[in-house]
Amino acid sequence: MAMSKKMLDREPSEIEMLLPFHAAGTLNARESRRVDEALARDPELARQYAVIREEYAGTIHLNESLGAPSARAMHKLFAAIDAEPRRKSSALPNFSARVTAFFASLSPRTLAWSGSVGAVLLLLQAGVIGAVLVNNQPSTFQTASLSNNAPITRSLGAGAPPSALVRFAPDARAAEITALLDKYQASVVDGPKGGLFQIQFGNRAMTKDEVASVLTKLQSEKIVSLAVAAP
Amino acid sequence: MSTTQAASDGVLIARIAQGDRLAMQVLYGRHHVRVFRFGLRLVRDEQVAEDLISEVFLDVWRQAGKFEGRSAVSTWLLAITRFKALSSLRRRKDVELDDEAAHAIEDASDDPEVAMQKKDTGEALRKCLTALSPEHREIVDLVYYHEKSVEEVAEIVGIPENTVKTRLFYARKKLAELLKAAGVERGWP
Repeated sequence: MAMSKKMLDREPSEIEMLLPFHAAGTLNARESRRVDEALARDPELARQYAVIREEYAGTIHLNESLGAPSARAMHKLFAAIDAEPRRKSSALPNFSARVTAFFASLSPRTLAWSGSVGAVLLLLQAGVIGAVLVNNQPSTFQTASLSNNAPITRSLGAGAPPSALVRFAPDARAAEITALLDKYQASVVDGPKGGLFQIQFGNRAMTKDEVASVLTKLQSEKIVSLAVAAP
Repeated sequence: MSTTQAASDGVLIARIAQGDRLAMQVLYGRHHVRVFRFGLRLVRDEQVAEDLISEVFLDVWRQAGKFEGRSAVSTWLLAITRFKALSSLRRRKDVELDDEAAHAIEDASDDPEVAMQKKDTGEALRKCLTALSPEHREIVDLVYYHEKSVEEVAEIVGIPENTVKTRLFYARKKLAELLKAAGVERGWP
């Protein structure tokens, strides 16, 4: 209790002040990781975090018990809107809103085709630029120097980095998934297909044992429902 | 709120800016309950809170063309709601904004101590959350219920980000004191 009193009398630490935002899942991946690490090594902080989770639940309960407004509010609003002067057709929203509205008006199929066409055009453009550069090189060009100590290309290792198929828990938040990917130095390379994401670990090959260990660890994460090696 | 919903809110605002009444109905349907609850927690009067949401969404109808999409639509809505609620409270001469008035309203009914007699810690917690000052109430609600980040709360309330963090800490400290006075020990502080 004396310790607790001391905690209240002093200035709060940065991590303490971040705890409520961590409980609500609104921290970025870096801050979230800092808080997780602090919680793992400081039991006093972990106790405070448990209290915060109670406050969080209590606040949601309280707000949900407030009910909803009657239809009167909506009728009043739309009556006021109807009484507003009619908008001129030339009145256009701001540029970013127009861009958003334009892309939203396209069907997913149209967007996919546009994306593919754009990618092909980019490749063509890169090819043309490359060809022009190569053709413009003087034929007598030579490198000024060449170090014999360092390899010209970096070794890519014995094989490709391992990947896994992962299903996240339905209540997993985007911030939690981002933090998890950071923690495993992983990135999503495909999916979701049937609710499964294909993720790739790091940028180097791993032994069979290393892969098994990572998958076991991943499976024990609370936001992961399933983690298996990708075929 | 998901990224997808935030993006589609932006599309609705773009349509509202062009006078699309249906887009307004969709946006209203999506956000009016949370706007109402946030307003109600500030003004503590259901009729006033209902009037407030009509005013907030009417502002959205009028100002949609000026929305630049720098923040989420829900953040913008809560900022307008807060501004309208505080203006409304200033107009109501019989309502004071200080802690004493807030406590007096709560004390008229079931106070935290009585709630404890009912052996209901959860109820006591909710009573104490209600008994916080308006300043503390709004920050607790914005973080825990409306799930707003430090940056978003700073934008809604109009204070620096560091003040958001310290204000929430002291709101929690006050809550702990109220609970302690009601005989509730929670292991912290």
